[in-house]
Amino acid sequence: MTLSAVVGELNDGMTIGIGGWGSRRKPMALVREILRSPLRDLTLVSYGGPDVGLLCAAGKVRKVIYGFVSLDSIPLEPHFRAARQAASIEAVELDEGMLQWGLYAAALRLPFLPTRAGLGSDVMRINPHLKLVQSPYDDGEELVAMPAITLDVALIHMNRADVHGNGQFLGPDLYFDDLFCMAAKRRFMTCEKLVRTEDLLKEGSVHTLKINRMMVDGVIETPHGAHFTECPPDYGRDEGFQREYATTASDPAAWAAFKAKYLEVASEADYQQAVHSR
Amino acid sequence: MSTFTRAEVCAVAIAETFRGDGEMLISPIGNLPAIGARLAKLTFEPDLLMTDGVASLLGNVLPVGGVPGPEPIVEGWMPYRTVFDVVWSGRRHVMMGASQIDRFGNQNIACIGPFEKPKSQLLGMRGAPGNTINHPTSYWIPNHSPKSFVAKVDVVSGIGYDRAAALGKVAARFHQIRRVISNLGVFDFNTPNHAMRLVSVHPGVTVDDIVKHTGFELILADNVPQTRAPTVEELRLIREVIDPRGVGSQEVKA
Repeated sequence: MTLSAVVGELNDGMTIGIGGWGSRRKPMALVREILRSPLRDLTLVSYGGPDVGLLCAAGKVRKVIYGFVSLDSIPLEPHFRAARQAASIEAVELDEGMLQWGLYAAALRLPFLPTRAGLGSDVMRINPHLKLVQSPYDDGEELVAMPAITLDVALIHMNRADVHGNGQFLGPDLYFDDLFCMAAKRRFMTCEKLVRTEDLLKEGSVHTLKINRMMVDGVIETPHGAHFTECPPDYGRDEGFQREYATTASDPAAWAAFKAKYLEVASEADYQQAVHSR
Repeated sequence: MSTFTRAEVCAVAIAETFRGDGEMLISPIGNLPAIGARLAKLTFEPDLLMTDGVASLLGNVLPVGGVPGPEPIVEGWMPYRTVFDVVWSGRRHVMMGASQIDRFGNQNIACIGPFEKPKSQLLGMRGAPGNTINHPTSYWIPNHSPKSFVAKVDVVSGIGYDRAAALGKVAARFHQIRRVISNLGVFDFNTPNHAMRLVSVHPGVTVDDIVKHTGFELILADNVPQTRAPTVEELRLIREVIDPRGVGSQEVKA
């Protein structure tokens, strides 16, 4: 598959789940392809990082469902902050664990999953759609009924994959990428490197094969496709580039120059070339 | 070694927050919390479980700030999903920051101003709602001022004692705000209505200083003791083993 073929399957107004965490192993090549498309009015579901910031800055986003949006080494995401402070997006801000529970409920085809997280906090005030549920057993405890977060599409990035859609993470954490895939109707995976199925165990143990071909509808090889987020052990975060991204955000002229140089290019290959030659 | 810095006093006060925790997952957010938690593990609380800040549980103690140290001993795998499981099981004590905290320990890390259109969007709720309803929570606030210690937080991320009480005994049974450590003093909620109490003032700070820098009425004893000074051994561990580059003193001056 190609990046543009994936984006060709997306429609305005869709709910799109994006894997990774903060500024870590984000499917950035797909995010950049969406930036080059006319798509708009998207609902994003994310343990947010620059994926959310970039799409907000480009006016692609109607609503974000998140627990945080952060660049990790830079705690606050400047473009997401700007969108929030201008009230230009609808914000569904949840506890991090509630977000997991919503994805898990969707993955298991359950209407909700109960949790204590959220009780008593302003998560309940700012999300009036959230309801409580009483345990039907003798304890009678009241809990939050975290509703399923069903996704139209999930986008994830893995270290290795085969053409059939088996994916492998070689870094320290899968995050919730499997749940994003299981919660979505259509699932697309980019990877650093396509390998033969029989070579998947050459670089990692069987425990790293958490994404299987039942969970994926399309695979694209995108070397450095998570740039500028980290993708260990293939590469770390490009901190210099991330600083450039964050510092240009506050100055319209600098941001316009950043966009012209890196984002308003014809293809992912041109982006990688621009990054390489800086 | 009779002299010590405010940051070192804070590190010891933070370490004391974890006394008695034993085999719990300790999640110190920030530089001085990381220093304090490592100090506790190296001295009176050797059984604490801590990660490397990524997904490995470390059996030994490494220096903060990326300083070269001993080879890490990995004793377990703790990806975020497992952290969430531990949160909900209760075997965790987190020390979070707070952009705002009020007299009952409600904490805000989400945004300043109205949620609908904030003046300043901060981190977001992160894990604060789930942490505070499930397991012990403490706070580290390096900039004690009327802007951080406020009468009313703009948004409640981590819930305080009044919110917990309103939920009832059953829902609130795992809620505990252990302590608040600031650059000026140590605070807890061991009062009849769980309002914040000044436990001790750091050496060089007066009770008046703290009252002046706090945006609500603190519970004050007649005689407020001083936060204990670091021992000679604690100073050696902080300076030579845990924080040889002095990262902690960048977070707190004096």
